[in-house]
Amino acid sequence: MAQSNSLKASVPAYLKEAQLIKQGAEARVYRATFLGRPVVIKERFTKLYRHPEVDEKLTRRRTTQEVRSILRCRRAGINAPVVYFVDYTTHCIFLEDIVQSVSVRDHIASGQTPQHLQALVEKIGEVLAQMHDEDVIHGDLTTSNMLLIPGAEHQHIHLVMIDFGLSYISALPEDKGVDLYVLEKAFLSTHPKTETLFERLLKSYSASSKKSPAVIKKLDEVRLRGRKRSMVG
Amino acid sequence: MTVVIGFEGSANKIGVGIIRDGEVLSNPRRTYITPPGQGFLPGETAKHHRSVILTVLQEALDEAGLKSADIDCVAYTKGPGMGAPLVTVAVVARTVAQLWGKPLLGVNHCIGHIEMGRLITNAQNPTVLYVSGGNTQVIAYSERRYRIFGETIDIAVGNCLDRFARVIKISNDPSPGYNIEQMAKKGTKFIELPYTVKGMDVSFSGILSYIEDAAHKMLSTSQCTPEDLCFSLQETLFAMLVEITERAMAHCGSQEVLIVGGVGCNMRLQEMMGVMCKERGARIFATDESFCIDNGAMIAQAGWEMFRSGHVTELLDSWITQRYRTDEVEVTWRD
Repeated sequence: MAQSNSLKASVPAYLKEAQLIKQGAEARVYRATFLGRPVVIKERFTKLYRHPEVDEKLTRRRTTQEVRSILRCRRAGINAPVVYFVDYTTHCIFLEDIVQSVSVRDHIASGQTPQHLQALVEKIGEVLAQMHDEDVIHGDLTTSNMLLIPGAEHQHIHLVMIDFGLSYISALPEDKGVDLYVLEKAFLSTHPKTETLFERLLKSYSASSKKSPAVIKKLDEVRLRGRKRSMVG
Repeated sequence: MTVVIGFEGSANKIGVGIIRDGEVLSNPRRTYITPPGQGFLPGETAKHHRSVILTVLQEALDEAGLKSADIDCVAYTKGPGMGAPLVTVAVVARTVAQLWGKPLLGVNHCIGHIEMGRLITNAQNPTVLYVSGGNTQVIAYSERRYRIFGETIDIAVGNCLDRFARVIKISNDPSPGYNIEQMAKKGTKFIELPYTVKGMDVSFSGILSYIEDAAHKMLSTSQCTPEDLCFSLQETLFAMLVEITERAMAHCGSQEVLIVGGVGCNMRLQEMMGVMCKERGARIFATDESFCIDNGAMIAQAGWEMFRSGHVTELLDSWITQRYRTDEVEVTWRD
């Protein structure tokens, strides 16, 4: 056990040579090269506030889930970064670096035409429908977790889904409904006055998914649950 | 100079508090405690409140050294909470307001917690974790609303703790959560429990049913002690709460955390949140049990803010409601 402790304590060589580009709540993201290719290394670091067993089990589970969901998406033809390597001792995932991309969040915030926004949300709806039809629940849908490769034509919006750390596999409409609910809340709180735009996203989702009626029904139920919470236990 | 009296009784605590321009003049309270293994029901809770509220009201005035004429406004909890207790307290507030000829003000219970936390700690613009038996929300102020960034999609964390306490028959005196906290300190073995975070939200009903089941199985075969279960439950629940708070902080770019609500008294939760804050270079704010736990002064404080910015509740509008979202109120007293 002493050996694995020292493995965790020392920073792996590849991280020492990498360039830190972002520190989130759960992971640090670095830029590096791996086998001659540009990669992004996502390192899930230890959260000191958690009991060590909670931390270890949770971190390992999230790393595994992330990789599994990305692979499942890719097999179904949904755009997600290529996974090159996973280091389970340090909880690092080596992913394809989506160069010159911008997050959908930043893209919307930088000001776009209404027509472009409409086309964008329709594309998002389509991609989410594909993902849910594969029974992949993202678990943390926000506009920061969708990347846009700009410069593409109006009809060819190139969207890449990232950050599958909270994802899991489920066929239940309830889970898909909650997934959309998480996006709705994140979308509306980040981008003010976009209710109609989000409606369009959902319409596109419904049109693209074979299993959507049950999911939308569950979404409506979950929305109500939030508003009319019973305070009695 | 503005003096506001606040009446609070949305759950099993009945409190009356008086605030004068940010100074807490009095804050007496009583708690309805049920025998181990039993929760508190609305009808009996209301009966308890009815039996003590006038005594507590008199105490509040006496401790503050004030008479009814000195009061400028009567604030009460409009909701959310349990129906019968809320009605009991509202009836007294309405009667007293009419007797004394003072304006009435219906206050949102959650906002009461937030405003009291802000007053006591002087936190400027914190991410608020509001955790109690009835509520679990992560709130941040933005453009005249206390916006809910994350919350429980089923039961509150305090409710999860209270119901677990019932299963293993932990005493409800002074509160089940307090006793779980003391037992947890003696726990040594960690039992893995379901951990459920969905985006910015959390879910507790799964972990509750799991641990209720585990309690029966593992305690009867002596695989672990009740202390171990308390310890494991706290570590898991609180890690989930710290995680969603941290996500909200990252989302909002916030450097302050304020913990309010009864579960906020828990020192382990405060400790864990403190470690998370230290890692981010953020500050943590918390209050002691006189203000964490439901009390009258917090309603008075929120009422004071509302009254000073021009709010008043007409008698016809002084109903109560069990369901009252924190973001429904327009926070006109902040910019």
